[in-house]
Amino acid sequence: MLTAELWSPIRLTLELATLTTILLLIVGTPIAWWLARSRSRLKEVVATLVALPLVLPPTVLGFYLLIALGPDGLGGLFGGLVGMRTFAFTFEGLVFGSILYSMPFVVQPIRNAFEAIGDRPLEVAATLRASPLDRFLTVAIPLAKPGFLTGAVLGFAHTVGEFGVILMIGGNIPGETKVLSVAIYDFVETLRWREAHILSAGMLIFSFCVILSMSVLARRSGQKVF
Amino acid sequence: MRILPSRTSLALLGACLFFGLSATASAASTNVAVAANFTEAAKEIAAAFAKAGEHEAVLSFGATGQFYTQITQGAPFEVFLAADDERPTLAVEEGYGAKGSVFTYAIGQLVLYSAQAGRVTGPESLQANNFQKLAIANPATAPYGVAAVQAMENLGVSAALQPKLVQGQNIGQAYQFVQTGNAELGFVALGQVSQSDAGSRWVVPQNLYEPIRQDAVLLLKGQENPAAIAFVEFLKGDEAAAIIRKYGYVLDH
Repeated sequence: MLTAELWSPIRLTLELATLTTILLLIVGTPIAWWLARSRSRLKEVVATLVALPLVLPPTVLGFYLLIALGPDGLGGLFGGLVGMRTFAFTFEGLVFGSILYSMPFVVQPIRNAFEAIGDRPLEVAATLRASPLDRFLTVAIPLAKPGFLTGAVLGFAHTVGEFGVILMIGGNIPGETKVLSVAIYDFVETLRWREAHILSAGMLIFSFCVILSMSVLARRSGQKVF
Repeated sequence: MRILPSRTSLALLGACLFFGLSATASAASTNVAVAANFTEAAKEIAAAFAKAGEHEAVLSFGATGQFYTQITQGAPFEVFLAADDERPTLAVEEGYGAKGSVFTYAIGQLVLYSAQAGRVTGPESLQANNFQKLAIANPATAPYGVAAVQAMENLGVSAALQPKLVQGQNIGQAYQFVQTGNAELGFVALGQVSQSDAGSRWVVPQNLYEPIRQDAVLLLKGQENPAAIAFVEFLKGDEAAAIIRKYGYVLDH
């Protein structure tokens, strides 16, 4: 039932979402930690910047990314190193865009989890002579595990559902930038509804499972997701 | 504290919107779906149309195939200016278009275009293969994309250039990819670039691709609307023909 034409966007989407989620956990954790612990006045400004993709139309992000990745932006600055002149229309460009686009979904739950720990466990660890790094790795991270799980699942799911940004910076290249949502769009627009139905039904089931698993997860850890 | 407006005020707002919209509709306007390549010419024609009579045309731009899908799903378009001669005929056959209303309003020309001056000189600019990205419109939905594919095949470069192709959802996005410099070259419509001397271009000889006969059709939704009928007539007239020629299209009447 799954021809290469259907399978290629599925595989590409899973690769994009997996890589984006891993990178977001690496990049997002220090940001979330800083947002949770810092007393800097800049804190809320940074938190707002991170949250912006929640509110911005994807077209705004797509427009700026198209310019930023192009020959007058990052493509022009660093593209020469790898023999390219734009990062638009590349898988790497999509990863970059997806990191920005899905960041609030990863950072926010982790930040909440860090804040929920409070000062007490970390102070206790400090009196036991745990170094700051030790406290972070062996106390904060294990206690914030539900937040990491929520962030990872939401970040992954949100990247899978990305459409507008990719339509604007992807260039619809099979196997490189033609992700699931774009493939569905193409199938619908060319009246190939059988294929559109297969992929859409798959997305529906996937999304249902994500939200259900989130709710089950939240019930176990006693936190609310929505 | 109340954050949401009351139900009454929402209902009032809704009523204002509703009557506001129906007021515009009664002032004889027509919704026209326009293939993206014809954007600039259509705007000028719509302006001339509004000046010439009491009616008004409200234009929407997109890929021909996308519009066709929307029309089959009941989109409120009354006139359809396609970029091919298949979908308007199909519209009549499948019961969305008025019988006998299909006519060719323009014959499009394909252009190889670059935003950089001097970059495009002729077919050798393609054959040199010294670029990274070549933008075309999605051949599945946009007739100019089909023409681009045919031209590359006839020039014997399609296999070599396949990995470099990026697709715009319509010819407008393909042009935008070139204009922003993200793609060095692109196949666009002459109608998009004819009003400016910027960049460099090669008008692809018409023997390299099937003629892009762009047909228009009056849709059933517009059959009763005098504005829609008037717009179709205006499109066939001399004033529109002059504008269509000015944008680099060929006419066969």
